[in-house]
Amino acid sequence: MERPLTQNIQQGLPPMNLKEFQKAGGYAGVVKALKELTPGEVTNLVKASNLLGRGGAGFPTGTKWSLVPMDEKSGPKYLVCNADEMEPGTFKDRYLLEGNPHQLIAGMIIAAYAIQSQTAFIFLRWAYKKAEAELRKAIAEAYDAGLLGKNILGTGFDLEMIVHSSAGRYICGEETALLNSLEGKRATPRTKPPFPAISGLFGRPTVVNNVETLCWLSHIVENGTDWFKSLSLTETGGTKLFGVSGKVKNPGLWELPLGTTVREILEEHAGGMSDGYRFRGLLPGGASTDFLIEKHLDVKMDFHTVAEAGSRMGTGTMIIMDDKTCPVAFLHNIERFFALESCGFCTPCREGLPWVVKVLEAIESGKGRMEHLDILRFQTKYMAPGNTFCAHAPGAVEPLQSGLNYFYDDFVSHINQQKCPWKS
Amino acid sequence: MLSEEEKKEILKETTQYPYPSAACIDALKIVQHYRGWISDDAVKEIALILNMSNEEVDGVATFYSRIYRKPVGRNVILLCDGVSCMIMGYESILEHISKKLDISFGQTTPDNRYTLLPISCLGDCDHAPAMMINNDHYNKLTMDRVDEILEKYK
Amino acid sequence: MSLEIMIKILIDGKYYDADPTKNLLESCLALGFDIPHFCYHGALGSVGACRLCAVKKFRNTDDKNGKIVMSCMEPVTEGLIISVEDNDVKEFRAAVIEGLMTNHPHDCPVCDEGGECHLQDMTVMTGHNYRRFDFKKRTFQNQDLGPFIKHEMNRCIECYRCVRFYRDYAGGKDLNVFSSRNTVYFGRHEDGILESEFSGNLVEICPTGVFTDKTLMKHYTRKWDLSNAPSVCVHCSVGCNIIASERYDSLRRVMSRYNGDVNGYFICDRGRFGYEFVNDEKRIRNVAIRSGENKTVDAVNDEKLYAELSKIFETNKKIIGIGSPRASLESNFALMSLVGKDNFYSGFSKREHKLTGIVLEYLQKSGISAPSLKQIEKADAVFILGEDLTNTAPMIALAVREASRNSGKEMASKLGIPLWNAGPVIQVTQDLKTPLFIATPFNDSLDELAEDTIRATYNDIADLGFAVASCLNPEAPVWKLKNKDHQLLAEKIAFTLNNAKNPVIISGINCGDENVIRAACNIATALHSKEKKGMLCVALPECNSMGLAFMAANSLDDAIDRTDKEKIDTLIILENDVYRRANEDSINHLFEQSKQVIVMDQLTNKTSLRADILIPAASFAESEGTLVNYEGRGQRYYKTIVNKDQVKESWRWMAEFKRLKENKLTVDWKKFDDIVSTMTSEIPSLRKLKEYFSDADFRMMNEKIPRQPLRYSGRTSIHANTAVSEKGIEQDIDSPLAFSMEGNSTLVRPSLVPFYWSPGWNSVQAVNKFLDEPNGTMKGDDTGIKLIETPLIPSWTYFIPEKQALDLLQGEFLIVPAFQIFGSEELSSAAVTLSKRIPEPFIYLNPTDGKELEIETGEWIQLETATTKFQVKVQLEDQIKMGIAGISVGLPGMPFFDVPGKGKIHKLTQNGFNGN
Repeated sequence: MERPLTQNIQQGLPPMNLKEFQKAGGYAGVVKALKELTPGEVTNLVKASNLLGRGGAGFPTGTKWSLVPMDEKSGPKYLVCNADEMEPGTFKDRYLLEGNPHQLIAGMIIAAYAIQSQTAFIFLRWAYKKAEAELRKAIAEAYDAGLLGKNILGTGFDLEMIVHSSAGRYICGEETALLNSLEGKRATPRTKPPFPAISGLFGRPTVVNNVETLCWLSHIVENGTDWFKSLSLTETGGTKLFGVSGKVKNPGLWELPLGTTVREILEEHAGGMSDGYRFRGLLPGGASTDFLIEKHLDVKMDFHTVAEAGSRMGTGTMIIMDDKTCPVAFLHNIERFFALESCGFCTPCREGLPWVVKVLEAIESGKGRMEHLDILRFQTKYMAPGNTFCAHAPGAVEPLQSGLNYFYDDFVSHINQQKCPWKS
Repeated sequence: MLSEEEKKEILKETTQYPYPSAACIDALKIVQHYRGWISDDAVKEIALILNMSNEEVDGVATFYSRIYRKPVGRNVILLCDGVSCMIMGYESILEHISKKLDISFGQTTPDNRYTLLPISCLGDCDHAPAMMINNDHYNKLTMDRVDEILEKYK
Repeated sequence: MSLEIMIKILIDGKYYDADPTKNLLESCLALGFDIPHFCYHGALGSVGACRLCAVKKFRNTDDKNGKIVMSCMEPVTEGLIISVEDNDVKEFRAAVIEGLMTNHPHDCPVCDEGGECHLQDMTVMTGHNYRRFDFKKRTFQNQDLGPFIKHEMNRCIECYRCVRFYRDYAGGKDLNVFSSRNTVYFGRHEDGILESEFSGNLVEICPTGVFTDKTLMKHYTRKWDLSNAPSVCVHCSVGCNIIASERYDSLRRVMSRYNGDVNGYFICDRGRFGYEFVNDEKRIRNVAIRSGENKTVDAVNDEKLYAELSKIFETNKKIIGIGSPRASLESNFALMSLVGKDNFYSGFSKREHKLTGIVLEYLQKSGISAPSLKQIEKADAVFILGEDLTNTAPMIALAVREASRNSGKEMASKLGIPLWNAGPVIQVTQDLKTPLFIATPFNDSLDELAEDTIRATYNDIADLGFAVASCLNPEAPVWKLKNKDHQLLAEKIAFTLNNAKNPVIISGINCGDENVIRAACNIATALHSKEKKGMLCVALPECNSMGLAFMAANSLDDAIDRTDKEKIDTLIILENDVYRRANEDSINHLFEQSKQVIVMDQLTNKTSLRADILIPAASFAESEGTLVNYEGRGQRYYKTIVNKDQVKESWRWMAEFKRLKENKLTVDWKKFDDIVSTMTSEIPSLRKLKEYFSDADFRMMNEKIPRQPLRYSGRTSIHANTAVSEKGIEQDIDSPLAFSMEGNSTLVRPSLVPFYWSPGWNSVQAVNKFLDEPNGTMKGDDTGIKLIETPLIPSWTYFIPEKQALDLLQGEFLIVPAFQIFGSEELSSAAVTLSKRIPEPFIYLNPTDGKELEIETGEWIQLETATTKFQVKVQLEDQIKMGIAGISVGLPGMPFFDVPGKGKIHKLTQNGFNGN
């Protein structure tokens, strides 16, 4: 099985330096794009490949690029890599950043070339110190080798690449909030339209892509769209980094074809549940996705298939909830995170999430009432997509809404027993 | 109040943006690197350098969780309290640290050695529980391991 | 409504016409729908933060479920199908209020906003009432934001309106949002006075009681207990519309009254907080006659006064009157009638008289009109010569700020972003600004918006202006600047103005320099003759400077000159502290040459202390009158407070004086309409006033217009301490308004609207019900009457530039005026709270000059002009040029300075200093 993204990563060992990466053919895609293809051809290639964004939203990357004005008068443009991975339960971008920074750099050069941007930022999480060190080292190497800076590979294409490490806040992962943060402001999301492709960083056309997405580009340019499509078990194309955390025998991260089933990932790769623990449910793509339960174990992990099952593949890193974890506590922890990370701009998120947290706390500590369940249900409806300014709150209530459905009895027993049944 | 070094670094950051106020977060992080936290006076000085009002700088500083507007100890422990770490038992690690250092989340030891803060999530979910102390990352925490680690920081 | 193509949209099954350039909320509000909203504001646009304005949108007529959308963010498009009444969306709106109520304190009974609270209105409107939230609320510490604004953060509903207004609209820097999630905080970095000149608008912008009027707090009254009247601000020449409100005979507060052409939704802090002078102890409330050598003061009742006056008019034949640019047209006219045109003097200073005359003549003959604030807001190029707008006429400065955003708006439009979409418009604009050029002697708050700022003497500013006119039009007098850089700048300015579609030239006579005014006029002429609609705005000092100019009288200095030649029997001074208009010696001479001085004024001042007979004049709150603003727009104010003590309108006093002088039994002008009739027939240029404003016998469906809301309380018990029976209400024979809650207040013409209220809308947001659309015009389009008629065939030529050399000797400085927003204007300076903001007198000096004189900021100097000596503290100011010094003018205790002019500056040693 081909594992293009992780083939050169050895966990525990330092990443490939530039020479090693070049020897492994890592920059071949860059050479091909810059020397043999026009920017438009690169965009068309990516469009044809149907590469879907790996940050969680699954938006077609090529389509995003094609919104960027390409006429001569469009002025400076920006490429931004969204490396602000902070979704609880998600750890795939860190793996790629620490494991193979040059792969990202190569992808970014290609993306910048396609949209003719001369400045690229990597918006990196504050906490990813090791990744930051590796990235800075790799970028310095790339500059020295003439792969960044002026007149890259003698093609006349200039690109400055800058690492910007953030100052915290989950909402920076939202692309327009990220742009505000990069501009030195408070990270409140922006109204869309206009889309960043038209008016983004400093009002200029900007493309924001996820780390995993960008890592694909040199592979796609080198090997083509048919190859890419052949990698998945579904129509989508490509592999995906899937992760599992929780009480499993072998928590970790694996690059597998899109369309691999939940069961395969959980039982074959993660080794199944740890001894003494039983599976109750999982969030397939980080904390802001709906639960999948026993009956969903044969669902294929791909954007549309998980959506059909009533959830969202999101980042593809699964959080497993075992039978010894109280679902109310599980949800309390998640909602507390989302409430604390609200930017505070719109009413439902700012006021609704803390209320949800307080209710869950009350239920968990044995002070719950049946009306509380009505309030919870109502809040999930109230914070539906479109009702809030951005997708933060709708994401936040996804686990809550499905949790209330699937684990309703557990909520009721907390209320009836006026204590948490798991805490005894 | 700000040293020449700090001012130089801040001005360097401004060169990568079209206007100085875009370096606001970078400036705050630089000053915090030297002083551990951002005081009211630091806000005012940064505002002067970047040609912003005190309110603009502080509006940014108070938004971000990794900018401290109150003094912190010499070493900042950031213990992950995310959902994966919760499943894997961060709460007992928290209890252990709290007992050992006699502080809870948000507090600083009387000798100013440690401040204990939550963070979520550190992106190490498959090796939970995890924490950071200053810029160092630790995972697969056990109580013993925590004791060992805490010894290293003065 | 714009005249653009209207399209049809379907709302709850009915078709309506809507403007596709507006958002759905604006359109629905204009159509009369009561859609709850917080963060949207007519002047600020939409951001989509509060989520309260939700409506249901349907894809097509088959779509039964629909989707909840925010109407403020929804463009009006062809085929739009929405529902306002849908149950889901009603439930959603109530949930938004419920969310806000989880943290909102139970403050209503003790909150100033109660009864006039947008949050209360919206809570009732959405139907949320039962509190399910039973946890702790978040609380905040409040800040001391200065004497004007009270801060109570617990009440905040985080609609972000305050920072959007303060920062984005008014350009303020020291209010911001802090922290995140439900701990977001709106305030300053630390306690301190809010710096913006428009901070007072926060009390109206804030939908709850976070920002409230501290001056109102001192004599707090619920909205429903206030008796109101539509009025006009008397603190500068812009003439912003206000609502003045009283209770128990004291003026409680002033708030903004909407005028789509003039001030829009807002007023400045001087206008909002200057009202306290009406209640001040310095008010003259009773007639006093000073007699004998010792000038003992006797209080005198009306009869005794009239008896005294009869005697005076019998013997004194040489009677002259000095009017005032801060008194109404009617009062000035009444005085003029009393003494005769030849004996009536305008009361302007010499400079003001000349310059105001130039401006009026120019506007009457040149074919160029003065722009309204609304028109200035639409400018796409602005050149300001000489005038410090932020201090003299702050609302003009605000209009310039709004204009500076037009280039950005144009760019946003090109990108397909609708202008109501506030966030994206600001974002795509980045730092693009409309071309603005400022030429003033020192630092200007508008500098940050300007493409070029020129710090120079008035001579140089005028030179620049003449050069610009010369570049613009070959017919203008040829004028080239010797300095190459300045000449290039002149060419650049000319080029920019020439390419603009709506260029506006702004100057003012507060700067006092005739050359600057003439240069500004030349530029306007140059633009106009190229078939541009060039407009010229010249800010005047006072609320009725223009009106007084219409009366074409001689100046105060002419009166002073007259007293050189002959003695006067009786000098009558109307609402004018003449010591502010000319130097002390001249004025003393004027008084000495007058056998008897009668002063009619509102506040005790230097002039009133010289009065032999002191007459209590009514303030704007206690009378009706007409004022003419800098545009030549006539606007009327109406009485709020029933006159008490001996206070009467000046024109009413004059009517009595006239009766006594002419030995009649009855006055010629019994009511206000009488004097208006006489005035408009005798002064043709004021003719339009008669037709435009409603007479006192105007009725709405046979009823008068009530000043008091329906729930005005205590009517039957207010006077219970004096008599058990209910007093009859005071009759108002001067206007169609009534001192009562009874009457008809629907569909009243805007100039007669005394307060904003509509069913379900108790707060100031009710104003939207009176507009054809948010930020549009009042229904009935009643914004005052422009009195200056544009001639069909302009008969105007250019001013010939003259070099006015001010030869400065060694050690002499050019002294220019530094007008202060708080302190330089006479009436507002007597407002007790506002007076706390008045700075100590100071003089700006260039640091190099300071070094030569060996003087630092805070040290004392003595300023000597030809006629005046004054000790004052220095403030070193980077931007003022060497050789120029800026003296704060008109501050309490300061003498008159004839500026700009020459002056010597001496550093005061310990010996020479006597603490002034």
